[in-house]
Amino acid sequence: MKFSNVMATAGEWLRGEGPHHQIVVSSRVRLARNLRNRPFPGWAKKAERTSILDLVRPRVEELTEMQDSFSEGLQELSALERQVLVERHLISREHAAKGVGSAVVMNRRQTLSIMINEEDHLRMQSIRSGLQLKQAFKLVDKIDSALESKLEFAYDPRLGYLTACPTNVGTGMRASAMLHLPGLVLSELINQVIQAVSKIGLAVRGLYGEGTEAMGNLFQISNQTTLGEKEDEIINRLSKVIETIIEKEHDARQVLLQKKSNTLWDQIGRAYGVLTYAHAMASKEALNLLSIIKLGVDLGAFPEDRRLPIDELFIDIQPAHLQKSSQQKLNAEERDHLRAQIIRERLKLFPKPDISKMARESGNGSTAGPPNDE
Amino acid sequence: MQKVNLCDACSKEKGVQDPTGFALADLLLGIGAAEEIEKGASTQKCPVCGFSQADFKKTGRLGCSACYITFAEGLNTLLKAMHKGTEHVGKFPQHAHRAMELNNRMRALTENLQKAVAAENYETAASLRDQIKQLESDLAS
Repeated sequence: MKFSNVMATAGEWLRGEGPHHQIVVSSRVRLARNLRNRPFPGWAKKAERTSILDLVRPRVEELTEMQDSFSEGLQELSALERQVLVERHLISREHAAKGVGSAVVMNRRQTLSIMINEEDHLRMQSIRSGLQLKQAFKLVDKIDSALESKLEFAYDPRLGYLTACPTNVGTGMRASAMLHLPGLVLSELINQVIQAVSKIGLAVRGLYGEGTEAMGNLFQISNQTTLGEKEDEIINRLSKVIETIIEKEHDARQVLLQKKSNTLWDQIGRAYGVLTYAHAMASKEALNLLSIIKLGVDLGAFPEDRRLPIDELFIDIQPAHLQKSSQQKLNAEERDHLRAQIIRERLKLFPKPDISKMARESGNGSTAGPPNDE
Repeated sequence: MQKVNLCDACSKEKGVQDPTGFALADLLLGIGAAEEIEKGASTQKCPVCGFSQADFKKTGRLGCSACYITFAEGLNTLLKAMHKGTEHVGKFPQHAHRAMELNNRMRALTENLQKAVAAENYETAASLRDQIKQLESDLAS
């Protein structure tokens, strides 16, 4: 499979409609594994890294799940192509910076991606739509079991799977979900939620993981610790916390609808206006406005069939996707113009926000809020 | 500790390429954590990969899986502070499981053999020795 095929189709997780997909954009589980007594990628010399890659890559490519896969050495991919994969969460930012001796192998549906020689020899990741951490783990667990019979993984009976960074030792597992939380942000409750989540040993991060800023009201929640707890316990704990956050987000939306409906309509109207008429737009502004439109779809201000075009825009307007699809390198100003143009075109057939519909939705109590007494 | 968010341009300007390049142990666990690692192995190098504690301080990553044994003392303090527990309770590779079972059986057989010899029960001892031989060849495979 070629890069153009990857580019042409969005990952299954984007189109899929997993449980709670309105709020949980995606669920991801990754496992870190290393070969016994071989230097970790960050410490290995180029020749050693290449020899490890040559050992691991064929074993990964021959997996049943990897038939008709996309498999490429990082040095074979242009900077732009690597960035596209980062924007789709198929490789990490760290991996995108690698060259000779590192590779990525992913399945056709883009639900499984394996980075070879990232920080660890193997980083295997499964991504699903909505809240499906268990299902995501199941796939990556199966891949791990298939590989462990062919490769000798570094494992210690007391410390579990041994990883380059001691923060991953044990299960080597990081489970995370990407949540869209405009209600909690608009009602200024988000910091409380972040603080509460941090206190119970979970991490909250921005769009692209560690050290990144929250844009488009998107937040990643993941487990922080990997030693001393079983995989399914970690996943259950995380899922429960996420379910609680989903409830809080629904509550926040109900309160906004009832007590601050004017502010809410104003926000949606402004987002619609700016997106429909602007001629220059930076990614951050675009993501923040699209987030409000997405909220509008959730609340019934826009028809349900407009959901997918908006979700796709979240991906398509990011810098590398823009440049890759226009097939040219663009400076920031040119990107902002192109971004605004693409958004205008896609929103051409988008109906105006229907506030009456939205008010009725709230009265129907389609979510777990109290009935509207008005 | 102060958190700074830098954009692409600023990070280049300030020469910050990779935020994980700082002493990660210090960042994660507070100043002094990297020294904890040092205590266990001041000049020690990993016999498998040649990694030293100074390298850990610089990168916050270890050199290879054997480093967990080489620097065990310092790492244990780190891991204790970092994680929920100190012992792995999750998934394990099947080969590790099989090796563990075989090792346990080997230990039991060896003990029984010693007892049989001490009791001058040579018939049992011979049978046990055969079983041990068989197990040794299983372990080697």
